[in-house]
Amino acid sequence: MSVIYFIFQQTMLFTIPLMIVALGGMFSERSGVVNIALEGIMIMGAFTGILFLNLTGGSMSGQLQLILAILIAMVTGGVFSLTHAYAAINMKADQTISGTALNMFAPAFAIFVARVIQGVQQVQFNNTFRIDSVPVLGKIPVLGPMLFQNAYITTYLGIIILLVSALVLYRTRFGLRLRACGEHPQAADAAGINVYRMQYAGVVISGALAGLGGLVFVVPTSTNFNADVAGYGFLAIAVLIFGQWKPWKILGASLFFGLMKAVAAAYSGIPFLASMGIPSYLYKMVPYIATMVVLMFTSKNSQAPRASGIPFDKGQR
Amino acid sequence: MKRKNKGNYVGVLSSVFAIVIGLFVGLVVLILCNPAQAFPGFFTILTGAFTHGMKGVGQVFYYATPIILTGLSVGFAFKTGVFNIGTPGQFIMGAFGAVYVGIMWEQLGSAHWIAALLASIVMGAVWGLIPGLLKAYFNVNVVISCIMMNYIGMYLVNWSVRGNKALFNTLRNESKNVAATAVIPKMGLDKVFAGSSVNGGILIAVAVVILIYVLLNKTAFGYELKAVGFNQDAGKYAGINEKRNVVAAMVIAGAIAGLAGGLLYLAGTGKHIEIKDVLASEGFTGISVALLGLSHPIGVLFSGLFIAYLTAGGFYLQLFEFSTEIIDIIVAVIIYFSAFALIVRSILAKLRERKAKGGEKSEGGDQA
Repeated sequence: MSVIYFIFQQTMLFTIPLMIVALGGMFSERSGVVNIALEGIMIMGAFTGILFLNLTGGSMSGQLQLILAILIAMVTGGVFSLTHAYAAINMKADQTISGTALNMFAPAFAIFVARVIQGVQQVQFNNTFRIDSVPVLGKIPVLGPMLFQNAYITTYLGIIILLVSALVLYRTRFGLRLRACGEHPQAADAAGINVYRMQYAGVVISGALAGLGGLVFVVPTSTNFNADVAGYGFLAIAVLIFGQWKPWKILGASLFFGLMKAVAAAYSGIPFLASMGIPSYLYKMVPYIATMVVLMFTSKNSQAPRASGIPFDKGQR
Repeated sequence: MKRKNKGNYVGVLSSVFAIVIGLFVGLVVLILCNPAQAFPGFFTILTGAFTHGMKGVGQVFYYATPIILTGLSVGFAFKTGVFNIGTPGQFIMGAFGAVYVGIMWEQLGSAHWIAALLASIVMGAVWGLIPGLLKAYFNVNVVISCIMMNYIGMYLVNWSVRGNKALFNTLRNESKNVAATAVIPKMGLDKVFAGSSVNGGILIAVAVVILIYVLLNKTAFGYELKAVGFNQDAGKYAGINEKRNVVAAMVIAGAIAGLAGGLLYLAGTGKHIEIKDVLASEGFTGISVALLGLSHPIGVLFSGLFIAYLTAGGFYLQLFEFSTEIIDIIVAVIIYFSAFALIVRSILAKLRERKAKGGEKSEGGDQA
């Protein structure tokens, strides 16, 4: 049983950041703006968040420090994504190009600033955030070891974000309007919705979530940040498409990716898999190959928001 | 004909506008970090490439060789209506093909380097073929499948190099040296640019640029590719087989990016395939090169040289207390603003309008 708990805990570490970032991408695409800059935004969010952890290490309790870092990462991501929103919405620029520019900018900026501030590009931090066992809940059989031992508050935050996202998207006026802008902005405009404002909201939410996702990815898996989130931003785009732009399917897709990542990272510690003798590279490749195969069968009738990626033009029909 | 020239002129102007803003932002960042050294540092970025005379120029050509080709790969695909973000994967697969043949097939003698380059072209083409087929027959988004192919390619190459004792240098965790016969000849360039790493690769790259220019602009096949790129439905209506087109476009784009990998890893400059889980940066730089060069083959040639020139200058920045990442920041800003071609166009249109009003001449229908 302990092996299963171990795999599950590992899986959550990979799943949660992927899910948060993919949900961010969902808000952007559902509003009609493709956000390929998720990778860059993750790096920016992780950078400022980790820098904060580095500078304030030991000056306050671990959990409070982490919560403040989370807020900083979200604000950073939101602000940084404004540049993409401005290019895509006001300037009607090609959204892939401006996203690519953000992806290039972020790691260079993070390394440059880290070198200016502290001389080296790696930003170190002390991981004091792991919760060995949540009081009371950690003692529940089965569920306790799976969700409430060796956990981070970011895991619960991720679950809350999922619930709130599903609620906002399908049960609020804002969500309905956002979806309308992604499907047919001209019709939304005719109905009196301010399309520009909705699209700004979509992109900024995606930025805040991607910034958070960057921090959530780095904190449990490392003790320093090197201007890199291992391609998780791109992977999140795959999760988004795999999940057909729907919150619950995104959860499923990120669980699948997270499990594969966890197996690739920890398969030597899992007796059953270690005895099979499959090279770790195969596990590393499986999520990407699986995505391609699934896309082959689902792309014919894609659920993508109709107007995603097309700059909104009021005069068009 | 006249109208076409005007379009190019606006495009070039928007690139120049983007470059000026990018350099300006770079200067501001330098001033914010260290006001005393900012101006000498900035001067170094602009002129550093010439620090060692002809050697420096040779270095620029050496840096430019792979990124001109990855840029051409992205630009060519853009012209046909596809965004090829798969250059990092195609690049590293090409590099693997070249290194594999370069180490294993020593018996080929003087044709060895040519065979190795051909291998790089084939490997790159295969890595472009798959997204092309998926797009044509399963309607899979090319951007997504290319991103997937990047990672699959990276892991596959790392796995293949590590798993093969003949290829793998265990001590340094990278591929072994290729045979001397597989290194690309200097083609006389070492005499002109003494002391630099430049080799015949730059000549091959320029030849490929010309080849693609001719293909796109002087052949019926190129015309069809571009027609589909402009308007897929119109192309289909005109009887162009758009499935065949997208596959052909991706195969050619992949082949070019693969060749870029071959040329870099056969340059004989101590470049090895390192076993790291990082995508090849030359592939992503290609996207910048293509965007700055307006996806036009000749434009790509110049923008590749320009970015290589900045990179070479940035190398000398370490004399000051600045890290070379400032170059990436500048390039990113340039790309960001080059996406703003629309503003430049509207500013120009306004200027023209004002001119027309001032001269009391109305030129109807000249607004495009």
